Amino acid sequence: MEMPKPDKKVLSRKARVVARLQEVLPHSAVIHDERETRAYECDALTAYKCPPMVAVLPQDTNEVAAVLRICHEEGVPVVPRGSGTSLAGGALPTADCVILGVARMNGVIETDYENRLIRVQTGRTNLSVTGAVEEDGFFYAPDPSSQLACAIAGNIAMNSGGAHCLKYGVTTNNLMGVTMVMMDGEVVEVGGGHLDAGGLDLLGLICGSEGQLGVVTEATLRILPKPEGARPVLMGFDDNEVAGACVSDIIKAGVLPVAIEFMDRPCIEATEAFAKAGYPMCEALLIVEVEGSEAEIDHQLSLIMEIARRHNPVELRESKSAEESAAIWLGRKSAFGAMGQINDYMCLDGTIPVSSLPMVLRRIGEMSEEFGLKVGNVFHAGDGNMHPLILFDANKPGDLELCEAFGAEILKLCVEAGGCLTGEHGVGIEKRDLMHVQYAPADLEAQMAVKDVFDPGWLLNPAKVFPLDASEGRRAPALAAE
Amino acid sequence: MDIKSEEDLVEAVRGTDGPLSVKGGGTRGFAPSGDPLSVAGLSGITLYEPGALTMVAQAGTPVAEIEVALAKENQRLAFEPMDHLSLLGTKGTPTIGGIFAANVSGPRRIAVGAARDFLLGVRFVDGAGAVVKNGGRVMKNVTGYDLVKLMAGSFGTLGVLSEVSFKVLPCPETEASLVVHGLDDAQAIAALARAMGSPFEVTGAAYDPAAQHCVIRIEGFESSVSYRMQRLKELLKNAGGDIAEWDAAASAKFWAAQRDVAAFAEDAGDVWRVSCKPSDAPMLAAKAGAEAHCYDWAGGLIWLRTATGTDVRARLGLFDGHATFMRGAEDMRKALGVFQPESAGVARLTAGLRARFDPRGIFNSGLMGAAQ
Repeated sequence: MEMPKPDKKVLSRKARVVARLQEVLPHSAVIHDERETRAYECDALTAYKCPPMVAVLPQDTNEVAAVLRICHEEGVPVVPRGSGTSLAGGALPTADCVILGVARMNGVIETDYENRLIRVQTGRTNLSVTGAVEEDGFFYAPDPSSQLACAIAGNIAMNSGGAHCLKYGVTTNNLMGVTMVMMDGEVVEVGGGHLDAGGLDLLGLICGSEGQLGVVTEATLRILPKPEGARPVLMGFDDNEVAGACVSDIIKAGVLPVAIEFMDRPCIEATEAFAKAGYPMCEALLIVEVEGSEAEIDHQLSLIMEIARRHNPVELRESKSAEESAAIWLGRKSAFGAMGQINDYMCLDGTIPVSSLPMVLRRIGEMSEEFGLKVGNVFHAGDGNMHPLILFDANKPGDLELCEAFGAEILKLCVEAGGCLTGEHGVGIEKRDLMHVQYAPADLEAQMAVKDVFDPGWLLNPAKVFPLDASEGRRAPALAAE
Repeated sequence: MDIKSEEDLVEAVRGTDGPLSVKGGGTRGFAPSGDPLSVAGLSGITLYEPGALTMVAQAGTPVAEIEVALAKENQRLAFEPMDHLSLLGTKGTPTIGGIFAANVSGPRRIAVGAARDFLLGVRFVDGAGAVVKNGGRVMKNVTGYDLVKLMAGSFGTLGVLSEVSFKVLPCPETEASLVVHGLDDAQAIAALARAMGSPFEVTGAAYDPAAQHCVIRIEGFESSVSYRMQRLKELLKNAGGDIAEWDAAASAKFWAAQRDVAAFAEDAGDVWRVSCKPSDAPMLAAKAGAEAHCYDWAGGLIWLRTATGTDVRARLGLFDGHATFMRGAEDMRKALGVFQPESAGVARLTAGLRARFDPRGIFNSGLMGAAQ
């Protein structure tokens, strides 16, 4: 994985850039000492590290605008950073960049139950958005696994999902408005307390643009009344294909579960050894959760179990209490940790049409043999979002590269099957050079044209999302102009 | 030119100096000047996987054909797109491409999302005649920028859709509506807000001041619908009006009419559509001083019927939302603008995007704020 060479002219002006930033921010918010910038050298894709030239921690929209204006004038690349939990390297710095961290911007600006919305500064963590409204019976629906730590800014940048998005949608379906600062420091308001854009859907375009179009400082989010209750059923099958057919039948039956989670045998075995959740040893395990009143849950679960019985499950375990629900979820929630006990792992994020699940799992099994690396599959089955976890040994020379090559093959397979490279983690640097697999040059050109409009100098998070060879001509002029 | 394939579309775009008036069935009442370019000939469902809740269809496929195919599997377009034929007095066959190009969503939008939330993938021909694809046919996809959302609601100003893939949902077992009679506007919007703030999964929330009907729809399994009906009745027993219940047939009849704004179809006058914050709705409706008005989306959507030539935006002033001039004399729609003028920053981005996607300015010039 390559990153562009740092611009020496930018590096040579570090002192001047720092001095100018200190004019608009408190000194404590401008981090330039090499020992301290190291704290920002990577995100959750820890295989790649590079300390930034400077990191800044503004506390409101005006400060962000002031920082961006200076960086724009000085021709310094800016890498926005939420909480640094990206698994795709979305917040990986370059040596010549300013990291713009939104961590100090974590306030609630307004809660409005009448209109079912909350307005927050985007450094606020995902879980604390729900925290601000849950006592009044509301919640914020998107729930990425990292929700305890991840920031709304990063959720918007990556259009994050979560286990419950089968029913509630992902970030873009729950985002109503943003305050965004453009690279030149201009502040733009898009959307708000109303639904749907009057003109072009810029909000939909900004969400998922990986911090390349602007820095979102405030967001209006849809909040929902909490359901009366929720309970899962666990089912085991001795065949992946049968489990896939069962998912399809549940969906067709008109029950709308909030989550349908899938685990394959390697993952079940690892999880059992680690968490001892009492899962059945079988080829495929499904956890299906529904919501409503007690009677509504009973009714939906009975329908789901009736469908499951037609597929000869080896195990069918309906939760009747909060304790039983917790036990069913325990294994799934510790799946990543369990795999991590065995070895280092790389977590992939492709999406496939649900119908091609058996084929894709079979091929992944075959490739696992070919590459000699173990892989376990955790899967949001309702929407086809796969998370294959490839095990490797980071201390063994060549193992990371082998793992990356295996990962790339799996993602190509997802595209071949009619799916895509990433369902909820984003492209970042991790899948950047695979974009050619999914998109033709004209497709990438259309996307890059959008960045040209929002950030003509390509200074915002420039070395991400697009293959370096595709974006080279656009990034180069900005540097050459110095 | 008769467009029968995506190649034909490419040829038509490359071979013209414009301007082109891009349309599906031409039923939505947006008719910019220019040579007509219709994708009605690009028709047919190319893929339907009921178990994956996804369908792919060519842009000119009639909506009716899609609804028939979905009904066979007991599924539907959950965002409940309205039919504009009767309200606008247009002729023609509504197409699936037209629905997404205009981001047409009905009453259920408040519960399940808009047309744009259901659109999974697009193929389109840009102003230079290049074929561009974005998104795909899976429900979770964050691979690159979301041009799918950008194309939804772009009214053919950035490119001509050739194919769309979208999410569908199962039809519920049944529906029913709770009706509160005798509330004024402010009481009705407050009652709808209470219902929307409950966990009882309301899928329609409308108020018709003419009939004084404040209507709340719930859908799902029979037992669940009757349970939630009881809970909502308890919740709204002090709302101030008389509570009644409509069964599935009566409920369906009301929401079909509500979806298509049937109340305004027969009467003359201009029609405006205002998207706003629900709690602002009664105040905005009062300011508009329309001849008739009704609310959907729990107040988030106001339909106004006004005297010919009324500048509704001037009456509303600045507010959180936007007003679209849906029906009126063409010269008045040109003079006042069909769409709400944008802030300087947003307008600059919009103009920039149009200049990049349609450098020659051949698509639907004059629509969406761009210069004629």
